[in-house]
Amino acid sequence: MDLNFSADETAFRDEVRSWLRSNLPQDLRDKVENYGHLSKEDLMRWHRILAKQGWVAPAWPKEWGGTGWNVVQRYIFDEELGFAGAPMIVPFGVTMCAAVLLRFGTEAQKKRFLPRIYNGDDFWCQGYSEPGSGSDLASLKTKAVRQGEHYVVNGQKIWTTLAHYADWIFCLVRTDPTLEKRQEGISFLLMDMKTPGITVRPLILMDGGHEVNEVFFDDVKVPAENLVHDEGKGWTVAKYLLGYERMNTGRIGESRRQLARLKEYAKHMMSDQRWRDRLSRVEVELTALEITNLRFLDRMRRSGQPPGADVSMLKIKGTEIQQGLTELMMDATDPAASDALSEAVRKRYLSMRKTTIYAGSNEIQRNIIAKMTLGL
Amino acid sequence: MNFDYNEEQQLLADSVRRYLAKSYDFESRKKIVAGLGWSKEAWAQFAEMGLMGLPVSTEHGGFGGGAVDLMGVMEAFGEALVVEPYLPLVLAVRLHELPGVVEGKTKLALAHNEKGARFSIDAVKTRASKKGAGWVLDGEKAAVIGAPIADHLVVSARDDSGIALFLVDIGKVSLQAYRTMDERLAADVMLRGAEAQRIEGGRKELEEVIDVGTALVCAEAVGAMKFTCDTTLEYLKTRKQFGVTIGTFQALQHRMVEMFISLEQARSMACLACSKADAGGDPRAISAAKIKVADAARHVSQEAVQLHGGMGMTEELKISHAFRRLTVLAREFGDADHHLARFSTISAAQ
Repeated sequence: MDLNFSADETAFRDEVRSWLRSNLPQDLRDKVENYGHLSKEDLMRWHRILAKQGWVAPAWPKEWGGTGWNVVQRYIFDEELGFAGAPMIVPFGVTMCAAVLLRFGTEAQKKRFLPRIYNGDDFWCQGYSEPGSGSDLASLKTKAVRQGEHYVVNGQKIWTTLAHYADWIFCLVRTDPTLEKRQEGISFLLMDMKTPGITVRPLILMDGGHEVNEVFFDDVKVPAENLVHDEGKGWTVAKYLLGYERMNTGRIGESRRQLARLKEYAKHMMSDQRWRDRLSRVEVELTALEITNLRFLDRMRRSGQPPGADVSMLKIKGTEIQQGLTELMMDATDPAASDALSEAVRKRYLSMRKTTIYAGSNEIQRNIIAKMTLGL
Repeated sequence: MNFDYNEEQQLLADSVRRYLAKSYDFESRKKIVAGLGWSKEAWAQFAEMGLMGLPVSTEHGGFGGGAVDLMGVMEAFGEALVVEPYLPLVLAVRLHELPGVVEGKTKLALAHNEKGARFSIDAVKTRASKKGAGWVLDGEKAAVIGAPIADHLVVSARDDSGIALFLVDIGKVSLQAYRTMDERLAADVMLRGAEAQRIEGGRKELEEVIDVGTALVCAEAVGAMKFTCDTTLEYLKTRKQFGVTIGTFQALQHRMVEMFISLEQARSMACLACSKADAGGDPRAISAAKIKVADAARHVSQEAVQLHGGMGMTEELKISHAFRRLTVLAREFGDADHHLARFSTISAAQ
């Protein structure tokens, strides 16, 4: 048993860290550090810097621009990005759509979309949830009817993150409403957001921020070549994506940075034993999550098996810790202060409530563990 | 990075588990508890398997094993709720090695706790004074696990320069023996001018050994929690109410999931604690581990009884015995509050 990274892994971490020190623009870092708003330009600027370095899509096969890093190196890379205060790599294109295309796409689809995703030419968003289909995703109703060389799409998506920035959307749509097994009537479709009939309406959340949207589809004509995998196989694609190997779900690096920030910010509170105990408890939870994440990673590296329900546990604990840290940070603000940072910290507390709801609510994650791991 | 046991560690843990499954099942354990409170046969078997020699240095015929080497054994002991005072022997041996330990003949225990000390290492009131060429001890040690069957005690006592360590023959003290709530042998130890031999080490060594003990208690608790989680899961899959197994109820499923998450987190922290204990110690990390493990032990044991319903309350089921063991382990060498205070103090000083 050895809990330390190997010499090679440590050297890799140092290389990433030192590269970040010289290549992560200070203004972007400051925005992230002070909970500022990141514009599309900010996000894409960082995307292109990583792309230029060849690091924007480490998990892809080498022929498409992947780095060939193993799972541990990829974990280290992700966590170092979080720890350094880099803007997030928007996952919808690089992580999600690309994973689907690499696994299920035709050669033509890969050639058409992957290089543009890599270079940041196209901004993608994800069309999954609908007003009546949240946790029960398979009940989705957005309809796509085949008419010659096109699908005609009608319906509505909701909670579509950054749809107002997006050039493309990948959607789950219902191509056959007659099947008794409703999962079998679902297909995976790519749509150009400029197609006539697509309307994006902002949903403003309680922090006042515009991040998510409603997307309406009104007789939208989508070329049939934009179907990924076979018609009716959309649920297979969606399930593949849900179980996709994302071992940075716990966001340890990001939380480590928030913890350090909190300790600095709340220095004046450290003489209060009750405060210190609250802080310590979150830190202990974070340490336990970090070691657990490393254990899963070690197991995955050696077995070669995908992580399965492990990711659900990392999601539950990771998001609870993120919320715990933002709550402490908010509690550390002077209630009488209205400076920009205090306000940003409070808004972040509001915003971070989303983490236990999105990407499969934590209750859905518990369902997954109950079924997959415990056999209940 | 590697979280597996090495081959030797795994083989040893496997053979301990095999022995316990065969000869230390719940019925056998009941007989031991109803009798002397320990089994000579089991003790001899432990020695035969090399467990007594595990913490002993190689120059005294042992294996010189560290906390990670002992981890798998402690987990297996936790699963079977072993009552024999093995850990007290390990800790005493780390402070002072004696002939006969490796063979299972000589038994040692660590007498440090005193009434009212809670978990403070410095709250030692037992006095050591010189008498002729030797030393005598006066005071009272409390809840000394394993003392009723020990041949010698390693005792902490205070002289003019601070806390020092002494070896005392069991014949020189008087014992008030009893069973702990988790059915282990314990005694209050009266030292009245008890002749003692001064041994190497003082407060620093004592704290180190208690940290090793804390790390190993974490491993033992992980074993007991694994038994508890597995058994509760099995119960959810077999117990029927309203015409269905109760494991089909989401309210119970989610609670079961939380128990497993606690177990996984506790296992991670036990790995951390034992690794750090072997790497020269790291009080902050070891306290962090004990906070998590103590919380997990409470959570898992309380939920297990609740999910078992009335049956969980009964003597008849091993679950209620695991509940008691986990209740005790959560506080052994410091409860969550004690370690939280220690963790926070070290953190604030950094």
